[in-house]
Amino acid sequence: MLKNGRQTSPGSVTENAPQTFTGNRALMLDEPLIFEIAGPKTTGVDLMDVPQVETRLGGLERNREIGLPGLAEPEVVRHYTRLSRMNYAIDMGIFPLGSCTMKHNPRLNEKLARLPGFADIHPLQPAQSVQGALELIDELATWLKKLCGMPEVSMSPKAGAHGELCGMLAIRAAHEARGEARKVVLVPESAHGTNPATAAFCGYEVDAIPATPEGRVDLAALKAKLGPDVAGVMITNPNTCGLFEPELAEISEAVHQAGGYVYCDGANFNAIVGKVRPGDLGIDAMHINLHKTFSTPHGGGGPGSGPVVFSEALAPYAPLPFVRKAGDMLELVEEEQARTGSHSDSFGRMVAFHGQMGMFVRALSYMKSHGADGLRQVAEDAVLNANYILRRLEGELTAPFAASGPCMHEALFSDEWLEDTGITTLDLAKAMIDEGYHPMTMYFPLVVHGAMLIEPTETESKAGLDRFIETILALAGAAKAGDVERFKEAPFYAPLRRLDETAAARKPILTWTEPDLAEAAE
Amino acid sequence: MLSAIGAKDIDALFRDVPQSARLDGPIGDLPLHAPEMSVERDLARMAARNLTASDTPFFLGCGAYKHHVPASVDHLIQRGEFLTSYTPYQPEIAQGTLQYLFEFQTQVARLTGMDVANASMYDGSTACVEAIFMARRVTRRKKALISGGVHPHYVHVAQTLTHFTDDEVEARRPVLTEGAPGDDLDGLIAAVDGDTSCVVVQNPNLFGHVADLSPLAAKCREHGALLVVVVTEMVSLGAIQSPGEMGADIVVGEGQSIGGGLNFGGPYLGLFACNQKHVRQMPGRLCGETVDAEGKRGFVLTLSTREQHIRREKATSNICTNSGLMALAFTIHMSLLGEAGLRKLAALNHARACQVADRLAKVEGVTLLNDAFFNEFTIRLTREARPLIRRMADDGILGGVALGRLYEDDGSIENCVTLAVTETATDEDVNALVAAYEGAAS
Repeated sequence: MLKNGRQTSPGSVTENAPQTFTGNRALMLDEPLIFEIAGPKTTGVDLMDVPQVETRLGGLERNREIGLPGLAEPEVVRHYTRLSRMNYAIDMGIFPLGSCTMKHNPRLNEKLARLPGFADIHPLQPAQSVQGALELIDELATWLKKLCGMPEVSMSPKAGAHGELCGMLAIRAAHEARGEARKVVLVPESAHGTNPATAAFCGYEVDAIPATPEGRVDLAALKAKLGPDVAGVMITNPNTCGLFEPELAEISEAVHQAGGYVYCDGANFNAIVGKVRPGDLGIDAMHINLHKTFSTPHGGGGPGSGPVVFSEALAPYAPLPFVRKAGDMLELVEEEQARTGSHSDSFGRMVAFHGQMGMFVRALSYMKSHGADGLRQVAEDAVLNANYILRRLEGELTAPFAASGPCMHEALFSDEWLEDTGITTLDLAKAMIDEGYHPMTMYFPLVVHGAMLIEPTETESKAGLDRFIETILALAGAAKAGDVERFKEAPFYAPLRRLDETAAARKPILTWTEPDLAEAAE
Repeated sequence: MLSAIGAKDIDALFRDVPQSARLDGPIGDLPLHAPEMSVERDLARMAARNLTASDTPFFLGCGAYKHHVPASVDHLIQRGEFLTSYTPYQPEIAQGTLQYLFEFQTQVARLTGMDVANASMYDGSTACVEAIFMARRVTRRKKALISGGVHPHYVHVAQTLTHFTDDEVEARRPVLTEGAPGDDLDGLIAAVDGDTSCVVVQNPNLFGHVADLSPLAAKCREHGALLVVVVTEMVSLGAIQSPGEMGADIVVGEGQSIGGGLNFGGPYLGLFACNQKHVRQMPGRLCGETVDAEGKRGFVLTLSTREQHIRREKATSNICTNSGLMALAFTIHMSLLGEAGLRKLAALNHARACQVADRLAKVEGVTLLNDAFFNEFTIRLTREARPLIRRMADDGILGGVALGRLYEDDGSIENCVTLAVTETATDEDVNALVAAYEGAAS
């Protein structure tokens, strides 16, 4: 029992409680699929009458039913409100997913992104009718360039992995312009999965760089791999073990000497924003997740936004489109204008339009609210919070790199402390769910066994961190005391018990089928 | 906290940063923090400099459409449990997200006439190039044919990315045939051969033309090539036969027009659907049905062995974050519409477009190029259209997309304008539009 809480041992709530007729438990409501509650004739929208015209659909009128049920507005509102209550969210509590940077999403940003002047403009309007939008993009670009100490930024990539692709294509284009066909990209073992996937996506072979026992890139091993076939390295800083790469400037120098370029995965930029400029470390390209460092909401898996900053060397290859000053006006440089002039080396276009405008508004709102001083404090507080967690937990959990010094914005633990308990990282995570917490990142990075990566972010209070830490310590105590069942069977109190992911993959059911049709197909 | 950590000050925590790279204070020439009120004022000033679609007679399309989105959609997607959650990696506390993804996948599959759909991509253009890559994996061939009616920005995206891979892309020029502008389907069919991995065709195409793709599908099948159909206006599928009915193997699309705003181009919603037999070659996340430990139905992310966090360099794509919240908006809007509402919305769009096309066709110097269209069509003027469209914008009328904006150096296209007419166009808007074109002719 928590000191200020109620009895929480498994079973105590339900032992003498009746089974309900509905299967619901007060505010915990089951909710069927929309297809099970809606009908083909119902609609929740009120449209004006359709004028009588002779159709001109080329004889291709749809004559079969689509199979899309509809609901009246109150039912739709209830359906999705009920679904929403089955989700954990940063609005409900700490969301300590390492590497994912779940920080508070200020609501001012939401309000401003919905101003009609931003939300209700078409991407192909003539430039003179969208000067304010171009001004916003240009101002955000200026902030990003100054915060990174780099001369160019490409705003169009749609998310972090898309930004990686943008950076790597610029590297590829730069080599091509020199007449070189380098084939290999070096990626540390601890990298996000998107890094090797991106390198392969643009046609490179991936060679892994090992980590040192201290959890950092092995500089000697990296240098040994450099050569005329190496196009560049993809490095994450701070890295996914939560550590700053102190030799990054030397790494950059060595890579440049070997004729390669340095791509930095900027997913962890929130740890150093305002404290260090990546440009000062010799980086050639880095994506910035606006949905991490600059607080745009993750939305249950997107949309993100991943602008990429470039060094002088890669700037000419940056993709289209971009905003440029033309006299008193701002203009968008697209294919037509790019064929001539200073941007004739651009490697091309990555998206249909100009990037994630909605995210740009939110990010600029966040930057202006925090200012240069506040952003610096964001990094400091994020690092302070992570170190507090590291030091308060390192005695009970195993922190493999704790001796390497302070961590940056996230604290990494392995499952060594669970050895012989029969409890895994996954079990611990599910037990955290019962305690009302979203678990940390599990089993990543791959360089430690059973990894648990905790990123609190700067928006957690000390009191909140203390409650979280005490919870983990209590669970650690229970695990070591042999209370295996509460872990193995967890979660007990979530809307659903543990889900069978193996069965889902063996015989995938990816869409809903009417029950009679589903039966007939068996 | 510092004493619990054992650090003398904050800077001690940054000791791994080389001294030479450390900034000793806030970065100069950037402003310091500001109160909410002044940030709001500052951004509102920028917003006010833009001509908004709802305040003007507005007729732009070409891959982004203005539809009325019911107020409840934006209200619901702003619930913190949706807005501020993450990718559903812990399914027991993410059933809200997972269940709407399952509903979304089903709605997209049914609309497109395909077996399965994924949980979304970034936008239509990136979904399109992913389809080309997927066709290479399925057919083990490298040559993709892109029809002249495909949105030129989608073509540029495909050319940009395939330039760096082994794929070859043959992008065909648009043909401005009167009656059926864009594709030259006969020529396209003739170009399909045994080396073709896929044919990419858009329906309705960039010029608004609607075509029967069945003959093309038959030719693709005959040669073992996949037919990739791009749909940028999903509302059209309430009125015309689905790509699946016409024989598509992969359908990709831009889902912005259901549930999404114009947002100056993003965030939008990439759609990706295909047939069951190719599901393991799909890019992106998939949500699947399963049961929990007590046998209750639930949903999880599945088939993740295709994905980057498991397969790393052998993944089908590098995509991670997608467009989850836009998928939610799509699903809510579609649930509000239902079959009946979508069909009526589509009929309304088509009827309005027919009316506007007829009125414009009567204007001197204006030629309507389309025989068949949904809510978008192309007209040809007697001179270059771009200056005219700019002048109209100065007068507060957004009178279509001058195709010179999308195609370079093509004499026959620079006189053309593509217009989209949706349910949002009022009679006054239409009168203002027609008057503007009449004024231009005189």
